[in-house]
Amino acid sequence: MDSTSRTPEHVPVNVAPGRLVFGWLLVGVPLVYGIVTTLSRVGQLFQ
Amino acid sequence: MGFLDRSRSIAPPGFNRWLIPPAALAVHLCIGQAYATSVYKTALIDHFAASQTAVGIIFSIAIVMLGLSAAFMGTWVERSGPRKSMFVAACFWAAGFLVGALGIFSGQLWLVYLGYGVLGGIGLGIGYISPVSTLIKWFPDRPGMATGMAIMGFGGGALIASPLSTQLLKAFDPASGTEGWVASGDAVGRLFVTLGIVYFIVMMYGVFSIRVPAEGWRPNGWDPSQVKHSDLVTRNHVSAANAIKTRQFWLLWTALFLNVTAGIGILEQASPMIQDFFRAGDGVSAVSAGVAGGFVGLLSIGNMAGRFAWSSTSDVIGRKNIYMVYLGVGAVLYVILAFLGGSSTLLFILLAFVIISFYGGGFSTAPAYLKDLFGTFQVGAIHGRLLTAWSAAGIAGPLIVNGLLDAQGKPGTMNAHNYLPVLLTMVALLIVGFVAALLIRPVDSRFHEPELHTATTSAEEA
Repeated sequence: MDSTSRTPEHVPVNVAPGRLVFGWLLVGVPLVYGIVTTLSRVGQLFQ
Repeated sequence: MGFLDRSRSIAPPGFNRWLIPPAALAVHLCIGQAYATSVYKTALIDHFAASQTAVGIIFSIAIVMLGLSAAFMGTWVERSGPRKSMFVAACFWAAGFLVGALGIFSGQLWLVYLGYGVLGGIGLGIGYISPVSTLIKWFPDRPGMATGMAIMGFGGGALIASPLSTQLLKAFDPASGTEGWVASGDAVGRLFVTLGIVYFIVMMYGVFSIRVPAEGWRPNGWDPSQVKHSDLVTRNHVSAANAIKTRQFWLLWTALFLNVTAGIGILEQASPMIQDFFRAGDGVSAVSAGVAGGFVGLLSIGNMAGRFAWSSTSDVIGRKNIYMVYLGVGAVLYVILAFLGGSSTLLFILLAFVIISFYGGGFSTAPAYLKDLFGTFQVGAIHGRLLTAWSAAGIAGPLIVNGLLDAQGKPGTMNAHNYLPVLLTMVALLIVGFVAALLIRPVDSRFHEPELHTATTSAEEA
């Protein structure tokens, strides 16, 4: 299943790349920061 | 405030549904901070000259309020739509931090109870359920993945808040860096103000970007009539008021309650537990406190990853089967942990990681299971009522674990043998949960909403 959507009027989807990138960066960057910081602590487990 | 109304948030034709998960995540990543309260717990104990219990109550109040507000506000959330409910959640969550900060600055612990505990807890409950039914409606082809993505954010929120709060506390406290440093009350107060403002702004992104699909919308190429038929995936709808009268709701409530209770068994004692499991005869553990901290971090990642991975898997193997895995395989893993966990650090870590991933999966799969059993009509409200299982487990889990461990000795001074009663109790709970999950059958047709069945079927077939 792709990410496109169909309304009852069968209008082609507006991908809105700018908003899509902004939205995913807004949540993705802090999440990656949290995961990387935590993994660096986890690294002590295997030293 | 008409902008917040459901009618004003209906997606225009051609709206890209992949804009919805970031909106939902913006809320869940913020409220997930609730799992990171341990960062400033010691500082609050020092600041208020209070006991561990007195400060621990702040978090307990928040979790109880989460369950109560989700249960009692669920129908309002469903009726008002995600935009208004996310806005209200952001206001309560931010106000909770600001009132809590006032309590810290003025030395009034009761204000922290009222702020972070009561107001923040209401924000937690409304925020947790507000995007769930919207996601299910946008992703009818992959509801488990969609809700898993958002609820993963709740687990991920702690991963962000924990290091961020530590950095901010260091920045706010001139005494940081000294030996045995504990953050001052002033630094914690300023942290609360900062978090309140930042979380409010991030949650506003969710408020402004959330949309509900137009009536009759469906993903391109997805035909509900082509979906593989299953007795446990209904095309009917059940109201929230009727759902709680069904056996299925309470069986799922029991399964979730026991899965969460068992997970808390490890989460609550993670740090002392791994040290105790590898304590030598001379009383010294092979696992240092720093390494144990890394283990806790690893469990946080397992909790977060399980929410997405297992919930997505449930789209393929079915909701009932995945719950049987959480509870049945979970019970087996607990038995192995109890009897063989002390033989190898790697084995112990692997077992705990998978068990905690099942704990997270139980949360994120629940809304999709509710949608399968009761339809989408009031799935958010039903989900809110189901979350009382979490509140109940938040009370029962620590009581059981602490009660059993207290009889064995003091955590941090015991060995693997002392954990047998706790772990075997968790096994028993999971077996009961497994039976509850096994007994779930399709909802009786007398609970269905007849006119909604007709309306939905007509729309789908149009």
